[in-house]
Amino acid sequence: MTQIIVVTSGKGGVGKTTSSAAIATGLALKGHKTVVVDFDIGLRNLDLIMGCERRVVYDFVNVINGEANLNQALIKDKRCPNLFILPASQTRDKDALTKEGVGRVLDDLAKDFEFIICDSPAGIETGAMMALYFADIAIVTTNPEVSSVRDSDRILGMLQSKSKRAEESLEPVKEFLLLTRYSPSRVTTGEMLSVEDVEEILAIPLIGVIPESQAVLKASNSGVPVIMDQESDAGKAYSDSVDRLLGEELPLRFITEEKKGFLKRIFGS
Amino acid sequence: MQTPSLELKGSSFTLSVLHINSIDLEKVAKELDSKLAIAPQFFIGAPLVVNLSSISDSSYNLAALKDLLTSRQLVIVGITAAINTLSEQAKTLGLAIIKSGKQAQSQPQLPKTTKLVKQNVRSGQQIYAKNGDLVVIGTVGNGAEVIADGSIHIYGTLRGKAMAGASGDKHAVIIAKTMEAELVSIAGQYWLTDNIQANSTTKSGCIRLDGESLTIESLPL
Ligand SMILES: Nc1ncnc2c1ncn2[C@@H]1O[C@H](COP(=O)(O)OP(=O)(O)O)[C@@H](O)[C@H]1O
Ligand SMILES: [Mg+2]
Repeated sequence: MTQIIVVTSGKGGVGKTTSSAAIATGLALKGHKTVVVDFDIGLRNLDLIMGCERRVVYDFVNVINGEANLNQALIKDKRCPNLFILPASQTRDKDALTKEGVGRVLDDLAKDFEFIICDSPAGIETGAMMALYFADIAIVTTNPEVSSVRDSDRILGMLQSKSKRAEESLEPVKEFLLLTRYSPSRVTTGEMLSVEDVEEILAIPLIGVIPESQAVLKASNSGVPVIMDQESDAGKAYSDSVDRLLGEELPLRFITEEKKGFLKRIFGS
Repeated sequence: MQTPSLELKGSSFTLSVLHINSIDLEKVAKELDSKLAIAPQFFIGAPLVVNLSSISDSSYNLAALKDLLTSRQLVIVGITAAINTLSEQAKTLGLAIIKSGKQAQSQPQLPKTTKLVKQNVRSGQQIYAKNGDLVVIGTVGNGAEVIADGSIHIYGTLRGKAMAGASGDKHAVIIAKTMEAELVSIAGQYWLTDNIQANSTTKSGCIRLDGESLTIESLPL
């Protein structure tokens, strides 16, 4: 059975696209045929982070409008044979996404793929609603700060009332919390909420904590999903999250402050 | 025989009545906005009758009042207790002139029921238990609203707004296992976070009306 996973948040800039790219790549690396779909019509970010922006010919909206077929629009990842990207259009407006159109494309993808990852735009407008409507699983991407937590709570409400599963009274969407841009030192100083705080407020199972990391920026700039950088803390944390998504139980890493060595203390890091 | 496509039947409805006590539209707008900010759900979309008994100025601009109310999503179905010239204005505006019946014709009392919610109420969600109590087994998040004509019980944390006794029951209470509310109100008397914190020392709480003011006491949980 194909699983449709929406990576969502309400708030912008929390790491949805970074996480979509990492999780899709991680699932594909584990041998699962995966496609990642960019729902952020008009912005087009995912293809940059996946490093395939120069290979975009047709996009999601072209497929919905019947101007291209899926095979023409899907981009095969160069690094990972099980991974495909369905890019967003940069030029069209968000209203191009209709329930029927999106449903049709997802149905078609489900014939071929084990996992469909939907990278949601920010907000609670049409684009975000379309991205979550068909989901079986939601990865609620949240930063450890009050406004992001509040928006995530809002999105959880939408998942409970506005998703297809809710409307048709099916088994509810499985919700997971992915805490991103986590900075243990800023938790200690009280500038940020702790893992426990966020878990307490949102009350959904935690699937991973991704530390604030230089590696993410480096990865996006070079167009390689950060999960490919297995030397980095963020890369490892995303791998753990993918394993947990697949049912493994792993302890959390990178949630306590790193003790700085003597030299680092003197010279900085 | 054909079945008639029309049928006229008598039926009675309870309508809320909005009393306009000032001819100063700006003043009315300001007070209305602050009421709406606290409890929009009491008004928005509900049919309202405007009572004009305090307006004796025959040049009063009823159309402007109607626009003001409509722009705030209030649905005005008619006016009552108006002087003749205002009733004339109302007719041209398509509003009904309603004569209020005696209070004696009161609705038969509906038995109180309970609405049970077994999940977290999330930011942006609103739950209303009409004619009864509301029991939430879960948490009410910041930005969420729970409303009941009766009492509200929350077996979890109350972070959002809770409004009990929404149609005036002064005996309603609000109980929460952990009380961190943005706003609580009973029969219209309300407290904000600061008031709750100033009056409470414990996590849990039972809030009720004591005369005209709210009080909070902790629960032996
Ligand atoms: N773990 C992280 N550490 C540091 N920067 C991050 C991390 N996750 C995301 N970012 C940065 O935050 C910004 C927004 O990320 P993005 O994935 O585009 O968010 P969204 O899709 O939610 O808008 C980007 O500049 C990205 O590089
Ligand atoms: Mg994005």
